[in-house]
Amino acid sequence: MGTIKLLQGNEACSEGALYAGCTFFAGYPITPSTEVAEYLARRLPQISGVFLQMEDEIAAMAAVIGGSLAGCKSLTATSGPGFSLKQENMGFAMLTEVPCVIVNVMRGGPSTGVPTGPGQSDIMQCRWGTHGDHPVICLTPAYVQEIFSETVRAFNLSEKYRTPVIIAFDEIVGHMRERIEIPDKGVLPVVNRVKPTCPPSEYLPYDDSKGDVPPMANFFEGYRYHVTGLNHGTDGFPVNASPRIHTDELRLMRKVEANKAEIIKYEEYMLADADVGIFAYGVSGRSAKTAVEMARAEGIKAGLFRPLTIWPFPEEQVANLSKRVKGIVVPELSLGQIIFEVDRCSKGRCGIEGIYRVDGDPITPAQILAKVKEVR
Amino acid sequence: MAFDYDQYIRGGKLPHIWCPGCTYGIVFKSILRVVHTLKLNRDDVAMVSGIGCASRLPGYVDFNTLHTAHGRALPFATGLKMAKPDKHVLVVSGDGDATAIGGNHFIHACRRNIDITVLVFNNFIYGMTGGQYSPTTPSGHLATTMPYGNIDTSFNIPELAKGAGASFVARGTAYHAAGLDKLIAEAIQHKGLSVVEIINACPTTHGRRNKFKSPTDMLLWMKDTYIPAVAFDKLPPEKTAGKFPMGVLFKKEGVPEYCETYYGLVERLKKQKEGRA
Repeated sequence: MGTIKLLQGNEACSEGALYAGCTFFAGYPITPSTEVAEYLARRLPQISGVFLQMEDEIAAMAAVIGGSLAGCKSLTATSGPGFSLKQENMGFAMLTEVPCVIVNVMRGGPSTGVPTGPGQSDIMQCRWGTHGDHPVICLTPAYVQEIFSETVRAFNLSEKYRTPVIIAFDEIVGHMRERIEIPDKGVLPVVNRVKPTCPPSEYLPYDDSKGDVPPMANFFEGYRYHVTGLNHGTDGFPVNASPRIHTDELRLMRKVEANKAEIIKYEEYMLADADVGIFAYGVSGRSAKTAVEMARAEGIKAGLFRPLTIWPFPEEQVANLSKRVKGIVVPELSLGQIIFEVDRCSKGRCGIEGIYRVDGDPITPAQILAKVKEVR
Repeated sequence: MAFDYDQYIRGGKLPHIWCPGCTYGIVFKSILRVVHTLKLNRDDVAMVSGIGCASRLPGYVDFNTLHTAHGRALPFATGLKMAKPDKHVLVVSGDGDATAIGGNHFIHACRRNIDITVLVFNNFIYGMTGGQYSPTTPSGHLATTMPYGNIDTSFNIPELAKGAGASFVARGTAYHAAGLDKLIAEAIQHKGLSVVEIINACPTTHGRRNKFKSPTDMLLWMKDTYIPAVAFDKLPPEKTAGKFPMGVLFKKEGVPEYCETYYGLVERLKKQKEGRA
């Protein structure tokens, strides 16, 4: 039996990080994610971990990468403009394959936008925010309990695949308080990065001859190697205009693509016999679940597909859904972003209808139900 | 016997990228001599850089090395140092890297007085991108983005560092190489944020556009322009025009160092917890 607590989403995220073995946080105050930092500012010094409030969002992301290279499981949390500012260094972590977790508690945008209201309009930025081609894992929990467990999973995926993992939830779920159970140590799996076993003289930090995820040495442990944001060879040193760049970037993508079965997680709710599907995540997924129940009460066969992994996108699952239903309703707190992915995977096999809202309030179950009735 | 630099240089990584006449090689060798003199264990040294010509240096040396994004060396280094406070973290940066795009990180690292050694290679220009003016380009100098002469005002890096809270500030030049060894050694040994501004020459993108006929002219300019601080301070104002002091310019012991303060807090919390138990 674990510990029962009443926590808000942001606090549950911090608890999830600690459960996963996070010992390093660097951040910068920004609404609506600040409580993650505040919680860890209290907790990390108590367990000999590092808490740093840096001079800006860019510095926070940089410090997190430094902390991870020195062997700490590292976290940062931000929102809106802060997420934009972190993009360059997130790309650095992707190319240099440094594990770390980035929390984006989404608010309205662009620019300063609606700092105190929920948003889901960063979801394409989560996928494509940094320049260049890059692999992305992004998780989208919708409940406080789920934020806890998905934060643990984010660290695990990050350590296993040596890549940054983004957790994107929204202001409502971040600030909502719910009962959660924090499992005892050992109940949820905790994954640690694989370290090299070869002698330092033989260590090649990006040697892919034995698999797509090379073992990672921490700094100061005897493996003196080079880390650079330039494209690099297996030894970590820069290469220019080389076929190696192409094959190595393909490998980075493959770390995620080839492991989709493990990475992609979702909930299906009353979807087996549904005529109308709803594709929704985060707070919109919560409204959609209620809408499904309202529809069923009226005898309408609606069902919900709620991704907990939004990137890589659950292409196969959405394709299959599109073969079974008349239409898919996509409610999102944006002017229409993730609907493009649903549309792409449905290939015209069923109708796709979006519900968009960016005024700082969530989409209501009634709004979704009305659209379900149109599609039916 | 000549000093064996090879023991600290990674096999097969030379030649370096620096142009003929560039003075970075002089500083590079100085750093290696100092690491040797101080008997630093290579496993315990991290060298972190941003982007620019100077930032390529870590690739050549046999330490834990991290070549990061433009301007960001210091926050990356801060992460490393906070995670492993007993290790030596050296940052190499250029004038643009440290004081333009990385200016905010520079002043805040100084303010924190975290035990990192920052070596700022000041060559007064953006060299790697071909000669654009930087925050240290002297007024009136020509640069590709100041084709009519620099109308901007330049930073005084040591004054900036001191004002922001660094507890050790020094200036050396590539011309005064022997003195540079002493400054870098003292900077590494100092507990706290130490900044050494190292005056360098970029003949390719700065010198040849600004009436320096050869790299040697640029070194001779350093010889004439930089005066030991002790002597500089005694000169009447009319004799210091256009000249700058070098050497240790500011040093303050006993300023709280960030890692020490942070881990002191960790210890205090641990004792409180034990007291309660």
